[in-house]
Amino acid sequence: MPPETRNPATAGAAQDVIHDIGYRHFDGPRLGRGYARRSLFSQSLRGAYGLGRSTKSKVLPMLLFAVMCLPAGIMVAVAVFTKMNDLPVAYTRYAIFLQAVIGLYLAAQAPQSVSRDLRFKTVPLYFSRPIERVDYVVAKFAAMAGALFILTAAPLLILYIGALLAKMDFVDQTKGMAQGLVSVALLSLLFAGVGLLISALTPRRGFGVAAVIAALTIPYAAVSAVQGIAAVQGQEGVVGWLALFSPVTLIDSVQATFLGGTASFPDEVQPSTAAGLVALLVTLVAVAGSYALLMRRYRKAGL
Amino acid sequence: MTVIVTESLSKRYPRVTALDRLTVDIGPGVTGLVGANGAGKSTLIKLLLGLAPASEGSATVLGLDVAREGGAIRERVGYMPEHDCLPPDVSATEFVVHMARMSGLPPTAARERTADTLRHVGLYEERYRPIGGYSTGMKQRVKLAQALVHDPQLVFLDEPTNGLDPVGRDEMLGLIRRVHTEFGISVLVTSHLLGELERTCDHVVVIDGGKLLRSSSTDDFTQLTASLAVEVTDTDEHPDGTASLRAALARTGVAVTTAAPGSESGASTAHVLYVEATGEETYDLVRDTVAGLGLGLVRMEQRRHRISEVFQSDDTATADAPEAPGRQPAAPRPTAPATTASATTAHRAIKDGGAPDAA
Repeated sequence: MPPETRNPATAGAAQDVIHDIGYRHFDGPRLGRGYARRSLFSQSLRGAYGLGRSTKSKVLPMLLFAVMCLPAGIMVAVAVFTKMNDLPVAYTRYAIFLQAVIGLYLAAQAPQSVSRDLRFKTVPLYFSRPIERVDYVVAKFAAMAGALFILTAAPLLILYIGALLAKMDFVDQTKGMAQGLVSVALLSLLFAGVGLLISALTPRRGFGVAAVIAALTIPYAAVSAVQGIAAVQGQEGVVGWLALFSPVTLIDSVQATFLGGTASFPDEVQPSTAAGLVALLVTLVAVAGSYALLMRRYRKAGL
Repeated sequence: MTVIVTESLSKRYPRVTALDRLTVDIGPGVTGLVGANGAGKSTLIKLLLGLAPASEGSATVLGLDVAREGGAIRERVGYMPEHDCLPPDVSATEFVVHMARMSGLPPTAARERTADTLRHVGLYEERYRPIGGYSTGMKQRVKLAQALVHDPQLVFLDEPTNGLDPVGRDEMLGLIRRVHTEFGISVLVTSHLLGELERTCDHVVVIDGGKLLRSSSTDDFTQLTASLAVEVTDTDEHPDGTASLRAALARTGVAVTTAAPGSESGASTAHVLYVEATGEETYDLVRDTVAGLGLGLVRMEQRRHRISEVFQSDDTATADAPEAPGRQPAAPRPTAPATTASATTAHRAIKDGGAPDAA
C-alpha cells in the first residue's frame, strides 16, 4: 500500500484502512453514585451465582441451588401423586431442614464477595470513585442477602406451585407461603450479615470459608447438644432461651413463635412467646450490628 | 487556571505529621510530585480525592473543595494506585467495564470507552484473557486504563513506573506524556526518581517530610545550563582518548566532568565526557579539539542537566534520599579528575612528538 493511502485525509476511498480516530472525550451523562451502587449490587449478586465469572466458579453455587430445590421438587411430586391434603414440610421449616446447604453456600460465596476485593486491594479503586463506604457496604450486604433469598425462596416457590397443583387449600397455602418468605428473608439478612462480617475480617478466602462454616455449625451443634440435655432433664423452659445462641436456632425460634411454624428443637419442645420475642430482637440487633461492624471494618480500607 | 490548589494543607496522625502546611498551586499539564518514601505523596493524593479530612488548611481540585465536594471530585478525576489492585480471575475488559460503571458511565458507554481506553494504553487481543496471566507492564497498563476510562479531567498516578524494566518504563512515561498532549487530561504523577520526571513533566513539585521543598517548571530545573555528552575513540598515539580530550579541553578553560549523574548505563559512562556548553562556540571548540588530537568522534549530543544535580547543588539535597547512594560517588570526583588530568598531560607531552609523523 502506498504511504499516501494511510494518510487519513486521502484514505476515505480505501475501505480496508483502520482509522486512528484518536482520543474521544465522553460527553454523555454520568449517572453518579446511586447508579454506581446499583451496578455494584447487580455485579455482586450475579457474582454470587458465578454469572459474569469463569465457568469454574458457576459450578458450586449452581449445584447448591439445585440441591436446595431438589427435595422441594420431590415433595411436590409425591404430594401431587398421592393427592395429599397438606405439604409434608411447612414453608417456614424447609430452610431449617436444609440449613447445611445454605451454610455451605454462604461459606463459599461471602468470602468471594468481599475477601477478593480486600486481597487484591481493589477496594481503594472503589473508594476513589463517587461511591462511598456506605454504598459499598449496602451494595455488598444487599447482594449477599439477595443471593441467599433467591436460594431459600426458590424451593418455597416450587412447594407453593406444587401445592396449588395438588389442589390444596389456596388460602392456607398462600398464608404459609407468605410466612415462609418472611422467615427466609430474616434468615437471609442474618446469614448475610454474619457471613460478610466474618469474611471481611480476612483477605484470605480459605480462612473466610472455614470461619463462616465454623460460625454456623459450632454454635448450632453446641446449642443443640445443650438443648438436648436440658430437655432430657425436664428443663423445657430453658430450651427456647438457649436458641438465642446460634443463628439457625434464632430463626427457628422466631418462625415457631410468630410465623405459625414448629421449631425443630429436641423433644418437640417449643419456645415460649417471650423467648421468641427476644429471639426476634436478637436477630434484628445481629443484622444491624453486623452492618455497623462492616461499616467500621471499611473505615480504614480506603487507599 | 489552576487544577490543584492547596492552602497550608496539613494532615497529622497521632504519631506522625504526614503533611505540614503545604501550600502549592498546580496548573494544567503534567506535574511531577517527587519525594522519598513517606514524604507525604500518597497522603496528599488521599486528601485531594476527599477520602480523608485535612487536619488543617484547605484544598481545591478542579475548583471543587475537597472537604465538601469529594464525590464530585472523584467523578472527574482518575486514580491509579501504587500497589497491585487487579483481581487475577477476570479479563481486563470485564474489569475495566465494571470500574467504568462504578464511575457512573452507562452500560453501553462503559463498554465502548473500555475498548477505546485499552487500545490507547496498548492492550489489544490480550484484553480478553484473565489478568492473572499478564506481565507487570501489561498490569500497569490496565491500572492506567481503569483510571482513564471515565474520561477524567485530571488523573493521579501513584508511582506508575514501579517495577517496570527500562523499556517498559520509557513506554509508560511516553504514555503519560500522551495522556496530556493527546487526551487533554492533566496529570499528577508521583515518583521518587527525579530523573524520570524531567522528561515527562512540565512542572515538578518536590516535597519532603510533608513540607514543600520546591515547586517550579521543569525548564527552570533543567535549562539553567546545557551540557554536551562527548564520546571519542582511542588511537595508537592516544591510548586513552577520553583522558586526552579531557586534558585538551581543560586547558582551553571548559568545564569537563566524567561522572554520569543520575542512572545511566554503567559500562559506557567512563568513556563519556560531559562538557558544559556556554554557547555555540563550545560545539566548535569540542569539534576542533577532537580533530586536533586526531581522535574519532563517536558522539556529541546535547543533554540537559538532570534535576537531581540541581538539587544536589541546593541545600535541599536531602529531598531525594533514595538517589543519594547513586550520587555519593560523584561528590569526591572533582579532585580525582584533577590528578588524572595532570598525569595525562605529562603523558601526552611525551606522546606529542610522534603524533605529526603518524598523521
